[in-house]
Amino acid sequence: MTELRVAETHRYSKIYSLGASRGNLAVSNDEIAGPIDSSDEWIRQRTGVITRARASDDQTLASMAVEAGKEAIERAGIKPEQIDLVIVSTISFPYATPSAATLIAAELGIPDAAAYDISAACAGYCYGIAQADSMIRSGLCEYALVIGAERLSDFIDPTDRTISFLLGDGAGAAIVGPSETPGISQSVWGSDGTKWDKVGMTGSILEFKEGGSWPTLVQEGRTVFRWAVWEMVKAAKEALDTAGISVNDLSALVTHQANMRIIDEFAKQLELPDSVVVARDIETTGNTSAASIPLAMHRILQEKQVSSGGLALQIGFGAGLAYAAQVVVLP
Amino acid sequence: MAHTEAEVLAGLAELVNEETGIATDLVQPEKSFTDDLDIDSISMMTIVVNAEDKFDVKIPDEEVTNLVTVKDAVDFIVGAQG
Repeated sequence: MTELRVAETHRYSKIYSLGASRGNLAVSNDEIAGPIDSSDEWIRQRTGVITRARASDDQTLASMAVEAGKEAIERAGIKPEQIDLVIVSTISFPYATPSAATLIAAELGIPDAAAYDISAACAGYCYGIAQADSMIRSGLCEYALVIGAERLSDFIDPTDRTISFLLGDGAGAAIVGPSETPGISQSVWGSDGTKWDKVGMTGSILEFKEGGSWPTLVQEGRTVFRWAVWEMVKAAKEALDTAGISVNDLSALVTHQANMRIIDEFAKQLELPDSVVVARDIETTGNTSAASIPLAMHRILQEKQVSSGGLALQIGFGAGLAYAAQVVVLP
Repeated sequence: MAHTEAEVLAGLAELVNEETGIATDLVQPEKSFTDDLDIDSISMMTIVVNAEDKFDVKIPDEEVTNLVTVKDAVDFIVGAQG
């Protein structure tokens, strides 16, 4: 029998560059405190959010993703036609089909790439990086554009005290490609569907069709907090072990930007040395689900809090419940 | 070894103090965690997880909402001890 031909593999992959786009509107705590009977002080103290970036009327999920993608492509120094994989992680693209990824690829001038969306909520960007890393190393793809994009302000209830007031809009993008040296560690990922109902939408679109309320995001804060810190710290430690490094080797910790209290407790439980920069983009961006990790990493690089070449532990966790973590070399 | 009510109260007061800075002698059985001690849900969960470690008990998430007063927590922990 004739032997099948298979692709040449790449030994390693790395993140070449990042791009970012945030909602144009900086919405203050005072602007949203009324309907939840709250105050600027209460919101700052309990969540660390000062303003959240929300999309203006002319900013769509796709337009923010295109802006972030364009920056990432330019910074990577590659041409759009070299990209053969586009993965968009989102929970807020308002079409079940077709995907956001094919639209975004077309608007970026990326021809004939494999393009699809994934639904892993706040873990979605790290799921995308895991897939891109794996597919590039297998030889299936050469250059991947991984985007986390959300317009969560379309799915908020101004009177909800559990999560709506934390949420922002934006998109973060990464170009992943082949590398001579290891740039992305083996991902640690998983899920716990027994907690399916702990974060997510208030109802389905079928219920809305039957006269129910428009679905908005809601969470059971206590359960999510316990899982997000104590269970996710275990996943973070496993990711470090898998990468063969310790917290002392890290330049940065970039967690999903869920809530400043989660980020602070996470850093405490991980016993990070003071030298590790902890990304805190949530302060002025809010929680942007799949977009939050690339946006937070983009910020610490942009503000020169960390340097290219350092190691960052990135970990996404959220609705599903689903999580993914990996150590990456900062682009 | 099972902890006595007094030991659980004292241990719980230490955990509350570590998390919130509230003086241990203010953590009395009749005090409400939210109304009297002004402990929010995130701090409460941190105290709960630390109490699980300290007293070797499991406090399910759905049980936490029933722990209104310090006495509720002490009683639950004493009862949950193997």
